Amino acid sequence: MSTRDEITAGLAEILEEVAGVNPSDVAEGKSFTDDLDVDSLSMVEVVVAAEEKFGVKIPDDEVQNLKTVGDAVSFIEKAQA
Amino acid sequence: MTHAFEVVVTGLGATTPLGGDVASTWDAMVAGRSGVKPLTQDWAEQLPVRIAAQLAVEPSEVIDRVKMRRLDRSEAVALIAAHQAWSDSGMADAGLDPERLGVVVGSGIGGAQTLLGQDDILEASGPRRVSPHTVPMLMPNGPAAWVGLELGAKAGVHSPASACATGAEAIAWGLDMIRSGRADVVVAGGTEAVIHPLPIAGFAAMRAMSTRNDDPEAASRPWDKNRDGFVLGEGAAVVVLERADHAAARGARVYAKLAGAAMTSDGFDIVQPDPTGTGSARAIRMALRDSGLSASDIVHVNAHATSTPTGDMAEIAGLRAVLGDHMVLTATKSMTGHLLGAAGALESIATILSIHHGIVPPTINLDDPEDGLMDVAAHKARHMEIPAALNNSFGFGGHNAALIFARP
Repeated sequence: MSTRDEITAGLAEILEEVAGVNPSDVAEGKSFTDDLDVDSLSMVEVVVAAEEKFGVKIPDDEVQNLKTVGDAVSFIEKAQA
Repeated sequence: MTHAFEVVVTGLGATTPLGGDVASTWDAMVAGRSGVKPLTQDWAEQLPVRIAAQLAVEPSEVIDRVKMRRLDRSEAVALIAAHQAWSDSGMADAGLDPERLGVVVGSGIGGAQTLLGQDDILEASGPRRVSPHTVPMLMPNGPAAWVGLELGAKAGVHSPASACATGAEAIAWGLDMIRSGRADVVVAGGTEAVIHPLPIAGFAAMRAMSTRNDDPEAASRPWDKNRDGFVLGEGAAVVVLERADHAAARGARVYAKLAGAAMTSDGFDIVQPDPTGTGSARAIRMALRDSGLSASDIVHVNAHATSTPTGDMAEIAGLRAVLGDHMVLTATKSMTGHLLGAAGALESIATILSIHHGIVPPTINLDDPEDGLMDVAAHKARHMEIPAALNNSFGFGGHNAALIFARP
């Protein structure tokens, strides 16, 4: 189990690694595509890396609902519960 | 033959075993330095061939880490060479219409390192861990597509694949694009990056590669009686071809004219060159006719000469049959190794600079020349006036490409 802040920080690490996003830009309100410039192929990498890091499954048909960092944090938090 | 449009070379770019750009590569060539070194990677220990001409400058020193994640090594080096050539040509400020800009960049083997690396991941960790960038990284048109994307080319992006003739064929297709009116400027060249155990094992299994593991710098020795195969090299070379009046109108620096080109096929064997040199001779003859020059104008040849026992002298037969015996030859693969799909483009750059500077780079390691060889700039560079020169490239599959460059 991780707190929302821990999940956000973990996502920030992944986003920096796969897409070169500055960790200080990563916040719950930010959109992956519009604010952080993560394209669809990089989003696939983020999802796979997040599954591994947080020990959860993120089904492909769920990914389209993860518009913002906060959406992803909520999904991961729920999946870990 | 007269053509509606003359085509000139206005930009050069390369990253090679001799240097990270054209200037350092050319300086090393003229000095006769070898780019061949031992392979120190763990995987090389079990291979019969443990030498190669690896890049002098790693692509990761030029391209940022995140972008490198989505580039096969062959794409990364193609981009580096293309950006250098583009910048060298001064085209960025020329206001070129993107619909008049074409790209022709090919590779002999393509994204093999990605294919093999991702297969390792598939086997070890399953399909979900395979990179979503795999397909655009391994597709053979990937390098051309990346160059087209980054330079904004919209006249067409093409990727010839003709093994070791690819780089030269790319330049010939670029010439054709401009002459036929489909583009005013074409960025053309070749790329290759397959220093990996599988391609090496494959070439070694054909007994095509030198096994002179204890003396890497002496391993690539075209036309020498003791040659025992080619040395694999990696890198990319790209030229900017431009319609001559377009270049003149913007006051561009012109290195040379691309006076003529021809491509033929042997129809003889899937890998062996026709030992009579008939197919290559036909390419040279057609390129000469295409250029409108006469045989006596061609005073220098940058030969294909890969250092294999069978190929080197077949080329001599073709040269002699068409042009005669008056040329000064060189084989720069003695220094760069064999860059496969990039070789024809890199050797075109060497040919262009030979004309531009009046210097023929040496053929190193030619200690005991074959009988019946012509005049070769052995060991030391030769200074001479070069009004026109020929670059030959041949490839597995029976591809023959001949390019003739001339003083503008």
